[in-house]
Order: sequence, then C-alpha cells, then structure tokens
Amino acid sequence: MIPPSFAYRAPASLKEALALIDESGDDAKFLAGGHSLLPMMKFRVSEPAVLIDLGGVPELQGIREAGDRIHIGPMSTENEIIGSALLQQKCPLLPEVARWIADPQVRNRGTIGGDVAHGDPANDHPAVMLALEADFVLRSSQGERVVPANEFYFGTYFTAMEANEVLAEIRVPVLGPGTGYAYKKLKRKTGDFAIAAACVLLTLDRGICKRIAITLTNVGPTPLRASAAEQALTGKAIDDAAVENAAQLAMQICDPAEDLRGDKEYKTHMAGEMVRRAIRQALERAKEAK
Amino acid sequence: MGILEDQQARIDQLGGIGCGRKRKEDARFIQGKGNYVDDVKLPGMLHADFVRSPYGHARIKSIDTSKALALPGVRAVLTAKDLAPLKLHWMPTLAGDVQAVLADEKVGFQYQEVAFVVADDRYIAADAVDLVKVEYEELPSITDPFHSMDPDAPVIRPDLDGKDTGAHGKRKHYNHIFTWEVGDKAETDRVFETAPVTVKEQIWYPRNHGMPLETCGSVASFDKVNGELKVWVTSQAPHVVRTVVSLLSGLDESKVHVVAPDIGGGFGVKVGVYPGYVCSIVASIVLGKPVKWIEDRVEHLAATAFGRDYHMTGELAADADGRIQAARFYVLADHGAFDSCADPTKWPAGFFNICTGSYDIKAAHVTVDGVYTNKTPGGVSYRCSFRVTEGSYVIERMIDVLAQKMGLDKAEIRLRNFIKPEQFPYQSALGWEYDSGSYEAGLRKVMEVCDYAALRREQEEKRKRGELMGIGLSTFTEIVGAGPTKICDILGVGMFDSCEIRIHPTGSAIARFGTKDQGQSHRTTYAQILATEVGIPSESIMIEEGDTDTAPYGLGTYGSRSTPTAGAAAARAGRKIRAKAQKIAAHLLEVAEDDLEWDIDRFVVKGVPDQAKTMKEIAWAAYNRTPPGLEPGLEAVEYYDPPNMTYPSGAYLCVVDIDRHTGEVKVRRFYALDDCGTRINPMVIDGQIHGGLTEAFAVAMGQELPYDKAGNLLGASLLDYFVPTAVETPRYETDFTVTPSPHHPIGAKGVGESPHVGGVSAFSNAVIDAFAHAGVTHLNMPYKSSTVWKTIHTLNLDQRA
Amino acid sequence: MSEQQTVGFTVNGERHTVSVPTRELLVHTLRERLHLTGTHIGCDSSHCGACTVDLNGRSVKSCTVLTVQAQNAEVLTVEGLAGPDGLHPLQEGFREEHGLQCGFCTPGMLVRAYRFLQENPDPDEDQIRTGMAGNLCRCTGYQNIVKAIRYAAEKQTAGSV
Repeated sequence: MIPPSFAYRAPASLKEALALIDESGDDAKFLAGGHSLLPMMKFRVSEPAVLIDLGGVPELQGIREAGDRIHIGPMSTENEIIGSALLQQKCPLLPEVARWIADPQVRNRGTIGGDVAHGDPANDHPAVMLALEADFVLRSSQGERVVPANEFYFGTYFTAMEANEVLAEIRVPVLGPGTGYAYKKLKRKTGDFAIAAACVLLTLDRGICKRIAITLTNVGPTPLRASAAEQALTGKAIDDAAVENAAQLAMQICDPAEDLRGDKEYKTHMAGEMVRRAIRQALERAKEAK
Repeated sequence: MGILEDQQARIDQLGGIGCGRKRKEDARFIQGKGNYVDDVKLPGMLHADFVRSPYGHARIKSIDTSKALALPGVRAVLTAKDLAPLKLHWMPTLAGDVQAVLADEKVGFQYQEVAFVVADDRYIAADAVDLVKVEYEELPSITDPFHSMDPDAPVIRPDLDGKDTGAHGKRKHYNHIFTWEVGDKAETDRVFETAPVTVKEQIWYPRNHGMPLETCGSVASFDKVNGELKVWVTSQAPHVVRTVVSLLSGLDESKVHVVAPDIGGGFGVKVGVYPGYVCSIVASIVLGKPVKWIEDRVEHLAATAFGRDYHMTGELAADADGRIQAARFYVLADHGAFDSCADPTKWPAGFFNICTGSYDIKAAHVTVDGVYTNKTPGGVSYRCSFRVTEGSYVIERMIDVLAQKMGLDKAEIRLRNFIKPEQFPYQSALGWEYDSGSYEAGLRKVMEVCDYAALRREQEEKRKRGELMGIGLSTFTEIVGAGPTKICDILGVGMFDSCEIRIHPTGSAIARFGTKDQGQSHRTTYAQILATEVGIPSESIMIEEGDTDTAPYGLGTYGSRSTPTAGAAAARAGRKIRAKAQKIAAHLLEVAEDDLEWDIDRFVVKGVPDQAKTMKEIAWAAYNRTPPGLEPGLEAVEYYDPPNMTYPSGAYLCVVDIDRHTGEVKVRRFYALDDCGTRINPMVIDGQIHGGLTEAFAVAMGQELPYDKAGNLLGASLLDYFVPTAVETPRYETDFTVTPSPHHPIGAKGVGESPHVGGVSAFSNAVIDAFAHAGVTHLNMPYKSSTVWKTIHTLNLDQRA
Repeated sequence: MSEQQTVGFTVNGERHTVSVPTRELLVHTLRERLHLTGTHIGCDSSHCGACTVDLNGRSVKSCTVLTVQAQNAEVLTVEGLAGPDGLHPLQEGFREEHGLQCGFCTPGMLVRAYRFLQENPDPDEDQIRTGMAGNLCRCTGYQNIVKAIRYAAEKQTAGSV
C-alpha cells in the first residue's frame, strides 16, 4: 500500500508552519504522529498535495504546569503522556487513558494533539477532554483563539478547527486532591478502537457528589457528554440505584455506528456498562483520596 | 563407561528421533537473513499491482488503460483481452473448475482481478492502478448460499451455461457445483426412524482466513535466450506449481524452474495458484524482464483463498444410554465465484467424512452440496487438511448436543462412545480405516490432571450465583498424511512424497525433500529421522526443499502430510542407505552381511562388539573400497506412497469465564493432550500445538469475513480481521500419549493441524457449555463479545441483583 | 510528479545518505535501497509490527514512518542486533526457547523486545505480553516468545550485575 505523491514541508517554527498552510491552500494537511493520516493516505482515502510535518515545531512540544492548569504541547506522543511525571501527579487520568490507546510502537508516534484534533469519535482523548473541560488553543497566522473542548466537536471528522489553524496547546486542569477519575474502555483486542468507553471525573463532599463529569467514546458521531446522567448524580449520594440511573440516562444519548464490533443495541448497552464501571472506580478513588 | 552409558552417549550425540534439538532454521531468521519472495531482487526487475473490482457482481463495459500507460515508468497494463490470445485469461483450478486470471467481461466477487499493471517500481504501479478506468454495470449479488439455487437467482457463471455436469458429476442448477454423498443412506435413515433418541442442529462454520503474516507473491523471470522461466513463489507445493505452469504456458517442464524460498507462514493459503502468479509470469514473458508481484494485506484477505464457510446440519441417533447408533450430516458449502478449493481431485468436500470422529458409529451418511456465490473463491485449508476441521467440529459439537438432550455429562457420553483400542484398525461407517488410537486413555488423563469433577462442581456453584463458566471438551480424531495415490491426487499427480539423500565421503550428508517448510521445522526434524536411521549426527545432515531443480518431486506441505509422507520417505531412504552400508561394512570387516547387526551409528559383528565399522567409516569406504559388483557412492531416493492416512488424535479441555455484562470470554485454562504417534522433536511439537491452538482461539473468538447484501466484503484489513496479540492469547498446558501408527515406518502421525482441528471445538464447546443450563445447545462462531452478550441479554442472564 | 528529498541518517551505526521521493516509506528505503531485508512488511496498516525498527531509541512501525521523517535519525534494525561478540541475548533466547517458526515476525519481535527490555529490564509475563502487544505472530501462540524474552532478561540482568 503506497501513499500518493505529495510535497513535504518540515517547518522549524509555528510561525513557519502557519505561513506554509496559508500558502499551500486547501490541499495541505498538517502531519502530527501520522498514525491516522498515513494509513488513510496508504488506503488513498486522503490525498493531500502538501504535508506539513509538525514534528520539528518546538512550540508544540512539552508538558508544563501553569497555575491550576497543565499546558500540553499537542505533539506530545502518547508515550510521553504516559511517562510524564507531572501528569502522573497532577492529572493521572491522561496517562491512564493513553495506556489504552493502540500499542507500544504506535504510542511512540501517535500524538495527543492528533488524537484530539482528528475528529474521529473512536479516538479516546476527546471524551476525556470533555470530562476535563479542557481548552484547545487554536492558532492561525491571523491569531489565536481558545475553544473549550465541549464546543469543539461538531461531527465525525468535523471540528471547530479551520483548515488554516493548528492545535497549538491543550490546557487541562490540575485534578484536585479528592477527585475521583476513571476511563473504562471495552475493546476486542489490544490496539483496537473502543466498542464503547466512558470517562468519569467526580468530587465528593462528605459522601455527596459535588461535581461529576460523564463522557462517552465511540457511541455517536462525536464524543458525548452525558449531561442528564451528570445532573442526576450531582448533589446526591452515589448508591447502586443512582449508578444504574446514570447508566440508563447515558445510554439514552448513544447513537453508535454499527460495525463488526457490534450493533447499536450492544454498543449502547456497553456504553452503559462502562459508565457503571467508571463511576464505581472513580468513586473508590475519590474515597481513597480522602 | 558401561555398555549402556556408551550407547546412550552415542544416541545423544546423534540428536535423532525424540530429542528436543534446537532448530537449524533459526540462525538466519534471528539475524534478518531470511530469504522470502519479497526479498528477491533481480537486475531490471519490474513491479506489478492489480486493478480490482469494487463490485461483488458486475459486467465490465469497458477498460481504458490509456492514462495509466501514459504515466512515466508504466511498462504494461494487461487485461483479459491481452491474455486471451495466449489462452491464459482463464486457468484450471485444483478442484476441476476454471477461474478467470483477469476478469473476462464480468466480475464475480469484490476485489476480483481486473487488470495487471507493470511499472518500474511499486510506487508507480500503485499510482497507475488508480489511472485505469473501468466502467461497470452492477448486477445483483448472491451472498447467501441458501439462495444460490433459487429459480430466479442471478447467473454467477455464464461461462458454464448449459453444462449440467461438472468435475464431480451432475449439477442441479446453474449456480450448483456438485453433490457429494458418502455412506449408507438407507441404513442410516432406517436407524434414525427407530432410534429412541435423536438430535438435530444447524451449525455454521464461518468463512475465515488463514492469514499468514507474509502475504502471497511471486517473482517471474523469463530468459528469452534460453527459453527458460524461473519463478520464486510463496508456495507450499512448488513442484505442483511447476507442473501447472508448464501445462499452462506450454514450456517444457524442464525449462520451468520454480523456487519456494523461505515462506512466512502458509496455513494452507499458499497451496493454490493465484492470478497474481500467472500474471507475473505472463508479464515477464511478454516484457522480457523479471516481474515482481506482492499482495498487500487487504488483497490477501479479500482475494486470496478463504477457509471453511460450511453450513452444516448435524443429526445423531442414539440408544437410551447415549450410545450413538447413527449419524447424518448435510452440508451446504459456499465456494464463492469459482470452485478453487485445494482438495485432492476426487474429494470435492475433502475428507469431511472423518465426521464420525473418535466414536464407534455403525451407520452414517453425508451429503455435501457445493454452490457458487458472489464471494471470493477458495475453501482451502486453514491449518487443516481438506475439510477435516469442519467434519471434526460438527461431530464434537453434536456429541455435546446429544449429551445435553439426554442429561448426560459431556465426558461421560464420550467415554461411552469411543472406539476402543482393540477395535483398531477400525473401519469407519464413512469409509476410512483408522490406524490406531487410545482415546479413552487420553480423556481420562486430562480429566484427572484437570480434576474435571471439581470443575463441574465449581460450575454448579457459579451457576447458582448467576455467573457464567463453561467447560469445553474436544476428543477429536484427525485424518492426515494424504495420501495413498490410489485415492489421492492433485491434477492427476499422486500424493506421494519424496526424500533423496547423499552421504558425503567424510560422513556428512545432504537430503532433499518434495515438501516445503513454512515454519514446521523440517530442517530440524527430517535430519533427526535420518540421524536415527543412518547413524550420522543430525547436525551433519543438511536438509533442502523448495527448489524444483534440485529437490525430488513431491506434493508439498499442507494438511500435516510432511511427516506421514516425506518423513516416511526419509526413514525408508535411510534404510536403503543402511542396507548398502551393511554390504560395505561386511566387506571391510570380512564377514558375511548376516553376521552384522546395527548398533545406533555402526555395524557390529554379532557377539564381537569391538569389531565394528561406524557409518562415518563406511561413508569414506563407499567412495573408495566398495565390494566388487557394488557401485561406489552412498545415495538413496525414496518416493513414498503411503498405504493409508494417519489418524492423530487428542483430548482437549478448555475452561472459560464469561463476563455477563459485556459478553467477554476469558479462557482460564486450556489443557491439550495430543497423540501424534512417535514424537520426533518434543520442542517442535509443543510449538506447533501452541500455534495451532492460537489460530483456533482466533477462529472461535473473532475471525470472520462477512459480506453485505450488495457483495461488499466487510473488514478485510487488520483493523477489523481478528488476529490476537500476546495479551489476548491464552496460556496453554500440553501433554501427550503415544500411540504409534502401525503403518508408518517410524510410527509418526503428524501434528501441525491437530491443535487447530481440536482446538476450535474445545473453545466453542466451552463457550456454549456456559449456557447449557439455560437450554442453549448451539451458538455459531465467532464468539465476539457482541454476539455472546446478545445471547446473555436474550436469556436474561444479565439481570442485576 | 513526485518530489525528491535527500535524507541522511544512521542505520546500525553506518551513515547513509539517500535521495528519496517524499512519500517513500522508511520500510521501503531500508529494504529496497539499503538492502536490509530483515525488516518485513506484514499488514501495511501499522497493526502487525513485522516492520518494527528502533528510531532514535524508540520502537516504531517503519511502514507508517516517512523516510523524510528520519532525517538525522539513528535507526536500528534486526541486522544491527548482534554485536562483535556474537548474538544478542534476545537472538539466543528466541533460538533456545523456540520463539519462532516461519521467522517472518521475528525481526520485528526482536527489535521491539530489544527496546522493551531497556524500558523494563526485568519484566514479568504479563508485562512482556503487554510490551509486545504491537507485534503479531501467527505461528507460535506467543508462549515461547514470552519465554525467549525472559531468557534474555535473565541473561542481561545476570551480565550487568
């Protein structure tokens, strides 16, 4: 399998990258880790005339703390996310999720930015970004704008990002002590996309759920936020009945695509099951942290 | 050192039958020095790629190659029209049908080969494929074989129009290929009418793919000056390829040189001859340059032969004690758009009639109908000789169904029905003569080691708590080693196999075989057989296969036939060497031949142990001091025509736990006891078992090649096709009994496919057993979490407290 | 028309400069231009790991890396694994524990395992299975591959003490 021909550019700065995309027009694409784009090109589903490789852009690298936020360079590979001491300490959800993605080799190339910006509902980070209420910094030659993750995903491969923009930074909150978190992913085998997955973040106040985020992977055209389920739990003690209620509410918003991994009914139920399991684990972690 | 210690030391030094010597193949593979087809590079070599059909069924209205030909670096674009004058646009299949090499006016399956692009490199070839414009008129597809013979079904094969007889007799319908029947129908029907207990089940063995990690490919190089053709090809049967190529091309077989170099896994997929091989040869002849064609993974899964796809109806009749009195099977076989099964000529459903299994069943009858559909042709083995897996699967499933209906334990029903050791050689109701077996001993050993009774108690407890646990048994009997030439041939060539051995003056040797290794360790194990037979250390015996110029003719490696056939040839060639060596030794020692006896690595004068000649000494003498009238040299050739098949067997136990809220199946324990007769190399046998079981696991748990109604193949890449990683793959425990084959020179039966044949049933029976208490008697594979969950959900087994 | 670029990189300690079309995949450069055919192509879609090489100290699938992305990189392939003193302990382990059959996945397995043992010098069975999850084998069922990697881990650990 051979990709079509393209012009290759390797800018050394963000400014240069943005200038290149402006001059290259609609047929240009940014290349991050290449583990979605290159296979698509080999299958000739995607045929960009110009590839602008972001691998040498220093501004897109690195993970650093900025007050109560962590700023993540989108070219950080999944393995860099896993290995980041800062994230392990301040936002351990992200390394945990990254471990569920693909396989060791792919995690050495695949980037968090590519995963987030590609718009593929099967990717794992987007739902996590919704739960974290992350912000995406989008940069073009015209300037910068910050789009909340919860306003970023419009449809499959369709996001708030314009063709001339690059995802310049991902900002996630530092998870306070006492925050319970979990990402539960059901998959056929290592490296496969989720049949369904659920992300849960919650904080407790004397046994009462103070705040909870529940989001879902690969059960709709975009990552989904189960707002009704969140509302049903907020302000309540989370007992078995409450978990069950939340799972049922989460299932109601699912509209998964059928494939060899399962039909709509199965994937919807699995989203519910992953929600149950994620809430329970997050709850345990929140209690442990106390 | 005593005599016994001395003998043991000499046996150890030989590295012969029974030792776990390390593999001779490994040195080059672990250093990146393998030589696979895609590693072959020739000066001026061109690269080829196929234009393939996007439709499952369509008429080709036009093909415009002009844009592709205009692309710099493109040398040729071949279509059926270009091959027609050479009469190479169609080719015969091993099953007696014909198959389009390049689609001739019509395509019958998605991804069918339509045009062959040849260019300076593979990048240009890939670009040119996109530039060939083919205009199609889509036709309705048949993807459900149960509708193939509908009165108004679309005609899949207009080229067969009006032919009401095929290679295997009468055709009932234009989409019908053959009906194959075996057994006594009247007697079987009679028993069913009066039997106290009968059971019936519809069992589908889904379409899947052996999928070796190396795809198929070929490099053809035609030498115009000498009129000679050399072909490197991913073939498990290079000699057959040479014969086919000679017949197709009209070249003298002596001018066709076929080389099967290192093969990156075969599993039956590399038995057939594919359009890519033929096209690369034609292109090389036409262009006068070497042409390489290598499939990509999608092409491999989509267009290169699939396995199975048998829709089976199983019926058993039993007495009130669960003793089976009769078995009746009907199969609807989905062969795709061409019948290119790779079975021996007279066996359109292979050896499916092994489907009475390990059980003493007096009456049985089988009917198989093969039909065309708009799917990829194939039906080759997937680590299984000739539909043995399907036959074994249906009986191993049906005996569980019977046990469930009668409320009998699934081990107990097997023990009641096994063929007993004293019944061998055993004539099966469907025509086979089983050579040997110790079925009860094997199962009892497994039950004891795994504490079967305790597992059943645990299952009982778990069921009370609503948990799902399954215990699967498989006590299979295989049929391998095809086969006696009186009943087995491929394209008219009998299925013997061969060994040719030369002992060099200094006592080392080279031996060549008609088989072809794809990971089975022939270089290692054949040398062990020869070491024991001729008394030369296996380390000093070089084994070669795959080059048709140097190796003796043989039918190749598939269906666990290498040890039963070529392994036997090795033993017998070795004995010919020994017979000649005995004459030379007698001459050297100045005694009569009869005064000598063989002792591990030497001939000894009876009663005078220090009067001896080692094989090393004899080898030297063979080149300078042969007795008068005996020609010099020490060589032997054996073409071995086996008197019978061999019948390996095994008893497997599998324990699964099922997550009732996700449908995930977890294999907790897998215990595999195999009986492959005499064991040549235990290390290699264990490796074969691990690999075969892992393929069986993949088949049972996820492998499928489904089509939608329009004829689109869903999931022909590794994104979808299930190949387990180390994480999902279960751990295995292996064990054995040894019941030698009485007719094989060293008693060996073959082992490669046993774990696949027996493994699939064991995994399957375990999953279904988990639902037995809910009245489930059968579930079709694959047991993806989605389908397992659906069963759970439908049966309300996922209720929460 | 396809654009060419000059790429300089080190493979198994040897410096190479090649002029390649920008779309050329690293696996093809290694196999076709540098004649290092130990690295194999199994699936084309970064699932099987037969094309695994070590790129700047990390395991990658060379069927999904452009050669132009390897500018100035250090690449290790199976051909560079054995040292002047003979086989690498992993190569020995694969032979001793029967960790290969057809040999097609073996180079990728070895190169991945080489990096894995540096990431985790004393792994248990589950860690090995997880660490090797990017490499498919159709012949061995992985059981002996796990043993082979343990063999090498033990040998390397013993050697470094």
